[in-house]
Amino acid sequence: MVYVNYYLTMMKIAIIEQFQYRVAYYFYTFGMIAEPLIYLVVWTTIANAGGGVAGGMLAGAFAAYYIVWTLVRTMNISFTPFGWEDRIRMGQLTSMLLKPIHPIHSDLAFFGGEKIPNIIMWLPIAVVLSLIFHPIFSPSALGIIVFFISIWLAFIIRTIALWLLGMITFWTTRVSAIFDLYFALELILSGRLVPLSLLPQWTQNISLFLPFQWTFNFPIETIAGNYSISQLLFGLGMQIVWIAAGSVALQFFWKRAIQQFTSVGN
Amino acid sequence: MAEIIHVQNLKKYYSIPIRGEGLKESIRSLFFRQMREVRAIDDISFSLEEGEIVGFLGPNGAGKTSTLKTLSGLLHPSGGEVKTLGYVPWQREPNFLRQITLVMGNRNQLQWDIPALDSFELNRAIYNIPRAQFVQLRDELMELLELKDLAQKPIRNLSLGERMKMELVGSLLHQPKILFLDEPTLGLDVSMQRKIREFIAEYNRRYGAAVLLTSHYMADVEALCKRVIIIHHGKIIFTGGLTDLANRFSSHKTITITFIEAPEHIEDYGEITERNENTIKMRVNKNEIAAVSASLFQKFQISDITIEEPPIEDVIDTLFSAKDQMLEQTTDGIR
Repeated sequence: MVYVNYYLTMMKIAIIEQFQYRVAYYFYTFGMIAEPLIYLVVWTTIANAGGGVAGGMLAGAFAAYYIVWTLVRTMNISFTPFGWEDRIRMGQLTSMLLKPIHPIHSDLAFFGGEKIPNIIMWLPIAVVLSLIFHPIFSPSALGIIVFFISIWLAFIIRTIALWLLGMITFWTTRVSAIFDLYFALELILSGRLVPLSLLPQWTQNISLFLPFQWTFNFPIETIAGNYSISQLLFGLGMQIVWIAAGSVALQFFWKRAIQQFTSVGN
Repeated sequence: MAEIIHVQNLKKYYSIPIRGEGLKESIRSLFFRQMREVRAIDDISFSLEEGEIVGFLGPNGAGKTSTLKTLSGLLHPSGGEVKTLGYVPWQREPNFLRQITLVMGNRNQLQWDIPALDSFELNRAIYNIPRAQFVQLRDELMELLELKDLAQKPIRNLSLGERMKMELVGSLLHQPKILFLDEPTLGLDVSMQRKIREFIAEYNRRYGAAVLLTSHYMADVEALCKRVIIIHHGKIIFTGGLTDLANRFSSHKTITITFIEAPEHIEDYGEITERNENTIKMRVNKNEIAAVSASLFQKFQISDITIEEPPIEDVIDTLFSAKDQMLEQTTDGIR
């Protein structure tokens, strides 16, 4: 009950904060659409040039993929590992550590709260993009249910993954090169840059054993693709496995990380 | 009174990298890293009782903040034993964290972009405070600090003093049993400092919370603390009352005399520190104070006289200088 109350309050605060800076919010929303719009235009053009098909995918399938992409990308946003250095230096972590609640709940609740207005904003954007690009959608009822579960599980996986990455800052600072490498791998192996089905088979095989595709490609394909019931359930299972494994790793490293915390000058 | 903080042989050592200046040293440090051990807390022991307000004093870098952070569970010590409210602080058990608060004068813990009322609401949820109790205490604290009109302004739009007052309210909503206050009046004007001091004293009186306070403003310490702990280079060099401190470490008292006519050869009686027309302030050796006073009354026409302990800043300054000299002598001896 304490956690439910905390999550609801923090989510409310996240929404209030988001509306505090209206112009920033409009720009943010525009930025969120710009990236998939570029991919969408490029792939639709390629498909249309190839008689309506590219890499076995129809132009309408690309449209479906990237329209859902916009929402999944929003759901993927969590506390960046680049932010840990400031969080430690500016004393924000000190403040979080004094509270009788694990700091990861603060991030989950805050970034989770931010998503609610974003989901609402996404609906008219999706309608406009659909009118322009004519996506092909044929999701099953189960696919739609799994989609709404999987986008939240994707958010949890990514939060844990980025927390684990960011915690390197406790041992050494200026590790942005490692973070950049991680994001490059994620860009390719998650399905963010191109749908995974367009990548070579060996790349798809590797991505099966990494967390990336379960945060991006899988939620998109639950409604944009033609997943069978077993594929949908397997995907959900994989998300749960990654959350469980990530939580264990997080607990292990967090205990050691806060022992490194010197809080000097903060 | 029950003991609520027990510190035994506490140590906190940091290993920090050191490097000479210039490009050559910079390249060398890529391959050969030199470390230096800094003893922020060096084997200290003390205790605090329920409801006590204790001043924790020392110059910058003495180890005050490190101690406060260790006692509140932020830092893992290098050695020693600490029990705060019966808990080992760095195990950071939620029940422990619910009973303490740490306020730092130079840090903001409330949400920057939203009004304080919303931030307080978050604290209510974090500490699971029943609504009625929360509203009553919040309003009571805000009234004490005269904050009612500011409650709906975003934190970023408040002045430094207003922010600090809001920080205090936010930090006390869960009625902590121990307040760790690290320079709570830092950078505030005299009037705001006084208000904060009065508030801390009132909170302590109403709720019986213990307070461990660090401050460079002696007015804070004199107004609030019956007992002080003085730390220097990570070691405790004094524990006791302020009067005790002055008695032990000051060899002089200050006499302020107002003469009816300007006196002559007054410097024979002591070291003159201030002169303003017929009023003279002078430092006189403690052992000679009675004789000097009697002699002054005999030889001059005096309209007013006060004898005071020297300012506590001076006493502490003398103490630190003496300890530094001792340390230098010891180090010279080792060499």
